[in-house]
Amino acid sequence: MTKEAVLARYPPAPEALLALLHDLQGTNPGQYLLPEDLELAARHVGLPLSRVRDAVTFYSMFSLRPRGRHIVRLCVSPHCHVAGAWSALDELRRALGVDVGETTPDGLFTLEFTSCLGACGVAPAMMVDDEVVGNLTPEKVRAAIARYREGR
Amino acid sequence: MTLARVHVLVGVDDEARLAGVDAVLSALRAAVEELGLSGEVQVVETGTLGISGRGVVIAVQPDGVYYAEVTPADCREIAEEHLLKGRPVARLRLPTAAPVARPGELLARQTRVVLANCGVIDPERIEEYIAQGGYEALGRAVTELRPEDVIELVKRSGLRGRGGAGFPTGIKWSAVRSAPPGERYVVCNADEGEPGTFKDRLILEGDPHKLLEGMALAGYAVGAHLGILYIRGEYALSISRVRKAIADAEGLGILGERVFDTDFSFRVEVRPGAGAYVCGEETALLESLEGKRGWPRIRPPYPVTAGLWGKPTVVNNVETLANVPDIVRRGPAWYRTLGTPTCPGTKVYTVLGSVRYPGLVEVEMGTPLRVLVYELGGGLLPGRTLQGVLIGGAAGAFLPPGELDTRLDFDSLGERGAALGSGAVLVLDERACVVDTLGSVLRFFHHESCGQCVPCRSGTDVLVRLIGRLQGGGASRSVLEQMLTIVDAMRAASLCPLGQSVALPVRTALAGFPEEFASHLDGGGCPQCQATVRALGER
Repeated sequence: MTKEAVLARYPPAPEALLALLHDLQGTNPGQYLLPEDLELAARHVGLPLSRVRDAVTFYSMFSLRPRGRHIVRLCVSPHCHVAGAWSALDELRRALGVDVGETTPDGLFTLEFTSCLGACGVAPAMMVDDEVVGNLTPEKVRAAIARYREGR
Repeated sequence: MTLARVHVLVGVDDEARLAGVDAVLSALRAAVEELGLSGEVQVVETGTLGISGRGVVIAVQPDGVYYAEVTPADCREIAEEHLLKGRPVARLRLPTAAPVARPGELLARQTRVVLANCGVIDPERIEEYIAQGGYEALGRAVTELRPEDVIELVKRSGLRGRGGAGFPTGIKWSAVRSAPPGERYVVCNADEGEPGTFKDRLILEGDPHKLLEGMALAGYAVGAHLGILYIRGEYALSISRVRKAIADAEGLGILGERVFDTDFSFRVEVRPGAGAYVCGEETALLESLEGKRGWPRIRPPYPVTAGLWGKPTVVNNVETLANVPDIVRRGPAWYRTLGTPTCPGTKVYTVLGSVRYPGLVEVEMGTPLRVLVYELGGGLLPGRTLQGVLIGGAAGAFLPPGELDTRLDFDSLGERGAALGSGAVLVLDERACVVDTLGSVLRFFHHESCGQCVPCRSGTDVLVRLIGRLQGGGASRSVLEQMLTIVDAMRAASLCPLGQSVALPVRTALAGFPEEFASHLDGGGCPQCQATVRALGER
C-alpha cells in the first residue's frame, strides 16, 4: 500500500495518530518510521511534529531505526524468567549471531526483549512477528528460527 | 436442526493454535465423517477449557472426559474407540492420579460466572451465546428498566472493579450518570499487561459477547452511545473475535442503532494498543486513545468527571464488565450469595508455575490461596516443595508458605499489605530464587516506567542497580535498607499506581524471605542470580 493510500484510510484527527503510524511503519521494508513519515502523519492529523515524535518514541511497537524482516521478541518478565528465558536467550544469540537490539547482517531478523506477552501458560515464550512460540527449549528456538529463515 | 448425542469441545485459544489445533480439528471432523457419526457427534470449537501447558485439550460431553496433548494422529482412535464404541482412550486422558481431584472434577469445583460459557459455547456464534441466556439482560434493561434501575442493581450487587483497585462499580457508574448533560463514554480496559496475567484474553477469546453485553449495559446505565475497547496489540485472536462479535450483534439489532428497537443506540469500537504497560492505568489509557503518549494524568479530576476528550467516562476492566449481564439477569440477591459480604462474586485467576494443573480458574471471593495451589492447581509438581507464591503479577506480593491460608479478596489481602491485583498466581518451588525473581520484577518496572515523574523514573533505575549488586554478590546489608527507603518514597510520591506499587513486591519479598536475601549478601549468591548477571552483562 502506498503512503497516500494509508493516509486516506484515516480521518484527519489526532486520535487516528497511533493507528496511522502503525500502518505507515508497515509500508517500509525495515519496519520502521522514516523522518518523512512523521512529517506526513503530523500534517495529516494536524499536530506539531514534536507531538508525533513524542508518541513514536514512547511506544515499544514503533522504531526509528531499520529492523529486520522478522522481529523476534523474547519475554523476560517474571514467569518466563523463572521458567528459563535465559537459556532461550543463549540459543537465540547463537542461532542469530546477534545480541539484543541488533539486526542480523542479512536483514532477516531483529532480536528484542519484551515485557509479558500474556502467553505465560507456555512460558518461556517469544513472539516472532505475530506468532507466539512457547515452551521454549534450545531445539524449539532453533526450529522456529530455521522455519522463518526458510520463509515459513 | 438435529440434536447431537455427543459434543466434542475443542478449546481454541492462542496456546492451542500453537499446539496445532487446526490440524486436530480437521482430523477429528474427518474421522467423525468417515465413521458415519456426523449425525450424532458434533465437533464444537470453543474457548479455553481452562487447562494450560498441555497442548490441544478436548472434552467429550456429556461423558466429562478430557483429553490432553491431542495430535491429528490420535483423532481416528478417539473417534473409533470413544465416540463410536464408548470406550475412552486411556492413554490420552488427563492424568487421574492427582492427590485431590481429577481435572474433570476440578472444573466442577469452581464457581463459574464470568467463565460460565468459556469452553462450552462456540464464541464465534452469537446464537450459542443467546441460547445460554445471553443478551436477555440487555433486552430487559432497555425495554423494562430505567438507567437508574440498572445502576441500582449493580450497586446492590456490591460488584467491585476487577482491575486491581476494587472500586465499587455502581458508584463509578452513578457518578458518570449524574454528570452534567452532554457526551459521555464507556471504555473497556483490555490492555492486559500485568506479568502472569491473561484472564482477559481468555474471556475475550472464549465469550466475547458477554463483554459486549456488559459494555452495552454500562452504556445504557450512564447514557453513553459509544463504547471503546482498548485491547493490547499482541492479542490478535481476541481482536478478531471481538470484531466478529460486534458485527454479528449489530446484524441482529442488539448493538448499533436502535438497540432492541428502542431509542437507545450503542456502538462499540476496537482500538489495539501499541505496547506500553502503563497504558493499563486508566488515565494513561485515555491519553493513548487520544493519540498521545501514554502518560498518566494528574488526578483529580477523575475520568468519571473528565475522561476521554474531557468528557465523563466509565473505565472498567474486562472481568468487571463480564460480571454485569448475570447481575442484571439473575439479580443482586443471587450475586451476593457468592463471595464475602464486602467482596461479593467470583474472581478469575491464572494459576501457573510449579503446579500439576496450570490454568485458568474462577472461584468465589474469599477462597484461601491454599485451595488454588493445592486443590485446583493439583499441588506442586512431583518431587517439588513450595518455596512461595507471587500473587498479583509484578505489582504483586511474595507470600511464603506460612501465608497460604490468606483469603483472596480485596479486604483480606489489603490487611496484609498485599493486593488482589490481576489474579496472577505464580507458584515457586525450591529451585526458584526469590532474589532473582524480584530482580526480574524490578527490571520489568524499570523498563515500563513511563518516565514522567521523578520518583518512579529514578527510583526504578536505582532499584535495578541495587538488585544487580545483590545478585552479583557485591552488596552489604545497607543495600536492603536503601531499597526499602526508595520504595517507600516511590509509594508516597509517585504519580500513578505503577510507581506506588513497586513497594509491594520489594517489601513482601524482604519480609517473607529474609534468609534468601541474607545468603546473597557479602559475596554470597546462587546459580540463578549468576545466570542473570551473566545474561545481562553480555548485552
